[in-house]
Amino acid sequence: MEKLIFEMSSAGRKGYSLPKLDVPEADLKSLIPPGLSRNTEAGLPEVSEFDCVRHFTRLSQLNYSLDTTFYPLGSCTMKYNPKINEKLAGLEEFAALHPYQPDSSIQGTLEILYETEQALSKICGMDGFTLQPAAGAHGELTGMLIVRAYHTSKGNPRKKVIIPDSAHGTNPASAALCGYEVVTVRSDKAGRVDLEALKALVDEEVAVLMLTNPNTLGLFEKNVKEIAGLLHKAGALLYLDGANLNALLGITRPGDMGFDIVHVNLHKTFSTPHGGGGPGSGPVGVKGHLLDYLPVPRIRQKRNKLTLDYDPKKTIGRVRAFYGNIGIIIRAYCYIRSLGWAGLKDAALDAILSANYLKARLKAHYQPAVDDEPCMHECVFSGKDKKEYGVRTLDIAKRLLDYGFYAPTVYFPLIVEEAIMVEPTETESKETLDAFIEAMIKIAEEAKTDPALLREAPHTTPVRRLDEVLAARELNLRWKSSGA
Amino acid sequence: MYDLEKMRFTKTHEWFRVEGNIGYVGITDHAQKEITDVVFVELPNLGMEFSKGAEAAVVESVKAAFSIYAPVSGKIVKANSDVTKDPSLVNKSPYEEGWFYALEIKDKSEVDSLMTYKDYEEFIKTGAH
Repeated sequence: MEKLIFEMSSAGRKGYSLPKLDVPEADLKSLIPPGLSRNTEAGLPEVSEFDCVRHFTRLSQLNYSLDTTFYPLGSCTMKYNPKINEKLAGLEEFAALHPYQPDSSIQGTLEILYETEQALSKICGMDGFTLQPAAGAHGELTGMLIVRAYHTSKGNPRKKVIIPDSAHGTNPASAALCGYEVVTVRSDKAGRVDLEALKALVDEEVAVLMLTNPNTLGLFEKNVKEIAGLLHKAGALLYLDGANLNALLGITRPGDMGFDIVHVNLHKTFSTPHGGGGPGSGPVGVKGHLLDYLPVPRIRQKRNKLTLDYDPKKTIGRVRAFYGNIGIIIRAYCYIRSLGWAGLKDAALDAILSANYLKARLKAHYQPAVDDEPCMHECVFSGKDKKEYGVRTLDIAKRLLDYGFYAPTVYFPLIVEEAIMVEPTETESKETLDAFIEAMIKIAEEAKTDPALLREAPHTTPVRRLDEVLAARELNLRWKSSGA
Repeated sequence: MYDLEKMRFTKTHEWFRVEGNIGYVGITDHAQKEITDVVFVELPNLGMEFSKGAEAAVVESVKAAFSIYAPVSGKIVKANSDVTKDPSLVNKSPYEEGWFYALEIKDKSEVDSLMTYKDYEEFIKTGAH
């Protein structure tokens, strides 16, 4: 096992050499006000540059990553991150910008941001976008702040936010953080929002309904128009959690269905790095009646000049420093421009095809959560029929690591018992999908013939089954030297 | 000692044990097995009032977070601090040491509407979860 870099430290060893001072030397104490300088050593590891490089290279090789392994994490859209995006975003003209440069010297970058806003508006059927939120949940919070500002301007911020029982956990968290009471609407037998149950919940105190479409069961919510009608009649808004937008690109648009607000995830649908490779980006789009509430700064076009406008009267204000994760937005812009409208539609269609191929080949071995209709870009199975062998979904997920695959999302959505949620995306070849399917089928066999093999998995990873319970109950994140 | 025959149950897998005009709330053995090892419990403050079916507490396992609903309407009069200190009590002793909170029952007729143990066993068997 690789040691921690702290354990590799050798007192006095340096990984740098600095040139001679070209300014007068001053005592640190004279530069830092008393009370602000630390009294003890910082305890930083002391290693050579070479040892440092090897350490982190080895660590990266111990890990699963998108660039090494199929990563079928449901609702996360772990698609290929094209290297051309990295190359272009890394150009010095972008990477070396300073956020305090005058607008006149960053016209090119502002143009990219402006065009990205326009492109997202067109893709989603909305009237305007902000690119500032730094991730999906941050987009949700921005959306909820817009909802609150909108209702407050009408005289009553309202009290409740309706959220389906299949929603991502971030939805209720964002609504609650914004001071709203969360009301859950159940799913019907087919796995969609129960319209009758919803009718009973909608009243004049409902501010918004947060819907995910396709929902987390991988089903298209067919009744959005009716849902939008119900809410709009009561003066409430309809919000789209766009985590699953990958299934809709170029085929249909949230704005045309009746959504008032939408957040999209550039790090899912638009191919920018996701997770540790981030940061993320969660732009928020709105219809015309909500444009005034978007966060500042807004990008304005006047006489062929682009400027950042900090002055809109009704804005919810700033949600992030400067204009968001610019480098990520540039990557998404490259992606959109590389594929074009037709290419984006192909991506969505291929993502749906991949998920249905997986579902069709696996359904004899794992019970689909919804069997009687095709899925969209992801499919959900239940591992509950494996319980009779003493095997649970977690064991199946761990065993997949032995076969060289990252595990799918498990135990989500909550309304499916022992859920396994697979999202293959459009960027995997049929050969990769087949290899994954073969591994899943073998694991289903092993569950019957050798369940202990699954319960003790993984067997081939650098560390075996982790004690997640102990880790959660006795959280200990800091290394301390045994001498200290 | 607890007596399952004298306790009442909800479709959301809470148990309810009545003592005078106070009712104790926890989750069933079936529920603790389903959610697996509990790692965190958040309880309501004393004096908070909940109506029947409202979210009154939260448990977190390594799988996910789950809401614990008030089986009947009432005011919180006791909260089990042992279970917040040692969440594993929910798994080890779901019907005794792993209780969450007790509430003052507002309307006794709501208790009668809850399931008996026999009803609950039937409910689990029919595939509901």
